[in-house]
Amino acid sequence: MTAPTLQPVIVGAGPAGIRAAQTLVAHGVRPVVIDEAARGGGQIYRRPPAHFARNPQTLYGTEASRATDLHSVFDSLQTQIDYQADSLVWNAQAGLLDVLHGPTQTTRTVPYGQLIVASGATDRVLPVPGWTLPGVYTLGGAQVALKFQGCTIGRNVVLMGTGPLLYLVAYQYAKAGTTVAAVLDTARFADQLTALPGMLTQPAVLAKGLYYVGWLRAHGVALHTGVRPVRIQGDTRVNAVVWSDGQREHTVPCDAVGFGYALRSETQLADLLGCQFAWAPMHRAHLPERDGAGRTSVAGVYLAGDGAGIMGADAAEWAGERAALALLADHGVKVDAARAAELERKLTKLMPFRQGLERAFPFPADWAVNAPDALVVCRCENITAGELRACARDAGADEMNRLKALTRVGMGRCQGRMCGVGAAEILAHATGKPIDAVGRLRGQAPIKPIPIHLQAQAEAAE
Amino acid sequence: MTTTRTIDTDIAIVGGGIMGASAALALRRKGVAVVLLERDLCGSRSSGVNYGGVRRQGRPVSQLPLAQRAHQVWANLPALIGTDGEYQRSGHFKIGRSEADMAALEAYANLSSDFDLGIQLISGATLRERCPWLGGRAVGGSLCPDDGQANPRLVSPAFALAARRAGAQILERTPMTSVEHDGKVFTVRSGNTLAVRAPVLINCAGAWAGALAAQFGEAVPIHSGHPAMAVTEPLPFFMHWSLGVEGGGIYCRQVARGNLVLGGGAGVALDADRARSERSAIATLAVQAVELLPALKNAHFIRTWSGTEGYLPDRQPVLGKSHTTPGLIHGFGFAGAGFQIGPGVGEVLAELARDGRSTTPIDAFAIERFLPTTVAEVASTAAAH
Repeated sequence: MTAPTLQPVIVGAGPAGIRAAQTLVAHGVRPVVIDEAARGGGQIYRRPPAHFARNPQTLYGTEASRATDLHSVFDSLQTQIDYQADSLVWNAQAGLLDVLHGPTQTTRTVPYGQLIVASGATDRVLPVPGWTLPGVYTLGGAQVALKFQGCTIGRNVVLMGTGPLLYLVAYQYAKAGTTVAAVLDTARFADQLTALPGMLTQPAVLAKGLYYVGWLRAHGVALHTGVRPVRIQGDTRVNAVVWSDGQREHTVPCDAVGFGYALRSETQLADLLGCQFAWAPMHRAHLPERDGAGRTSVAGVYLAGDGAGIMGADAAEWAGERAALALLADHGVKVDAARAAELERKLTKLMPFRQGLERAFPFPADWAVNAPDALVVCRCENITAGELRACARDAGADEMNRLKALTRVGMGRCQGRMCGVGAAEILAHATGKPIDAVGRLRGQAPIKPIPIHLQAQAEAAE
Repeated sequence: MTTTRTIDTDIAIVGGGIMGASAALALRRKGVAVVLLERDLCGSRSSGVNYGGVRRQGRPVSQLPLAQRAHQVWANLPALIGTDGEYQRSGHFKIGRSEADMAALEAYANLSSDFDLGIQLISGATLRERCPWLGGRAVGGSLCPDDGQANPRLVSPAFALAARRAGAQILERTPMTSVEHDGKVFTVRSGNTLAVRAPVLINCAGAWAGALAAQFGEAVPIHSGHPAMAVTEPLPFFMHWSLGVEGGGIYCRQVARGNLVLGGGAGVALDADRARSERSAIATLAVQAVELLPALKNAHFIRTWSGTEGYLPDRQPVLGKSHTTPGLIHGFGFAGAGFQIGPGVGEVLAELARDGRSTTPIDAFAIERFLPTTVAEVASTAAAH
């Protein structure tokens, strides 16, 4: 049977959400798809506004065919899904999602029986002195500017941090005509060498990465590995980056900086839904638990894509399809078991590569040691590394929620989504505890700030 | 094999909220040995997540002696606990939205006149002049200038920290798993790792205090409550007063940083330990907030939360000695209004524990009011009729 009463909700229309929707539709099920963006595609395949004329080759480079495929799949589904674009799920409880529709500034409650959460990721930020200056962006933010609006963050940019996005953004920026003053990678060249065996399990992806690096070198872009960011300089806006090679400091003039240390999963929704979390060493994060098919500890709630652990766009597509198959099977719909098994195999096979990436671009574990006391960790509340350390030392805070309560870290508009990673590193270092032992900030609605008057409207309408 | 650590002490306290922690501090200031067991972190439940109102106005008259005593402690907060906890005597203004409300506020001012609260009734042109930011529905109100607000996230844990500095053993992440009484000494255990032995046991377990009381034959009809709370992004500072509304409902205050903290209505329990603000409560709160303070119209909520509080049917606490068990002292069930009186309760608990009596009248809070009347009491009541 095709379970006529089944109407699952999918949160997120990136690679995972789109493949999940496609799979449900293929089985005669009509899902609700809720997405924050105006057009489907997620971050990596983010689409520009409809009237923009730049072609996919310019926008997505080597990923153009994947992007176009995903977009056309989503376009073809439009009559078979209930699609809510520009819509932020800001609160969740069992069976109910609260959704804010941006353009009309209205909020409504969407009931669900089954839910696939494909909430994606944001940049993993590790602050450096000067990071709050105008002209400093995250790597993902820099890329979104290019893909979505066709703008660059500056004319002469430094890209800094680590992770595959570092070289991709550098390549895309250079191709777009921007001067890339330097690419500063905190990973050492030796890290990349030891990672090679794992990376070779996905030769095509590795080749792409090597291509970007080769292209950048060939075009005279300064690439430095093993760097330690010292500070971003500027008075009213950024004018240079100072980095150290371990021996001495170097200054690179620039008018903009993109920085980041790979990505972090957006897990608040899973948290509000009551999913169990566990420490995931490879991701250096507490993540919602799921089985190979995407089932969480909460019946009827499934996870797919980077929101459940950073695995990249290809994995997100497979995981989205796999979660949809699991959802269907769990509700008595006959699915192709061989396909389900194949998807899980593909996801498993990706693991050595994923671990290789971690080796090639390791998290800078010494970041907290070197963060100066004056460094602003939480920019919403202007909380410094020194204040966090003092709280651990003087008030005995040894857990993230206590640190938040006593210092206000993570209490501003971002609710710890940006500062949480750095704060946890500082706390772990200050207390001498392993990073997993300091815990994680509890999710609290709203996931992003919501206008009070929206609530008032909703109430008046009831 | 685990070895059990045994601690012998004068007083054992269960619960590290503001009641238990301030009792521990008061006992140490009297030089009494004290061990406090907290199953999580001190001040992590209702004491650390409440609204932060430091308010005497509106309390039942029976609570005012306690509230006045606490008021003195609040006055010396930095010296006592090493932080001001963002405490300010900013004034607490209770809004009236009708003549009937104003009459009720006036009646309260008269009722509480023995306690020197300094209440001022404000209405009409004076109200509009003093607070142009108030929405149109307020016709007047009652100001208690020396009431105010503080940051519970800071104050409640600071009491525990101060007690520790003063020599109390504050054992966090140490849940009480059993308690026995041999007629003289209580033995409080936490799993098989810890046994605390003391002739006096103070029950400050908040919403979870009922089980301990029941074990000693004093089952009380306590239930959990979960206030819905929300906070806005920082806004330009415009309001000193902490606001309440006659008849209940919304309450709100603006912190020095500019955020508005709002409470009102009920959240939902996630499990026995945790709660959250619920959507409909937040929606109601938002409507009331904009009505009360039109300046909030274009503001954002950035966070919502709740906690778990203990309520008794008459919304008065249980505070005093056990009716059944010598050495057992209760202090729980503060019904969403414990923060201000907490430091006073701590002193009273310390007096009860050390001296057997308190200088502050607390008869109204005796646990006997919930216990089945004994045969003798029934007989005497019958004779009196």
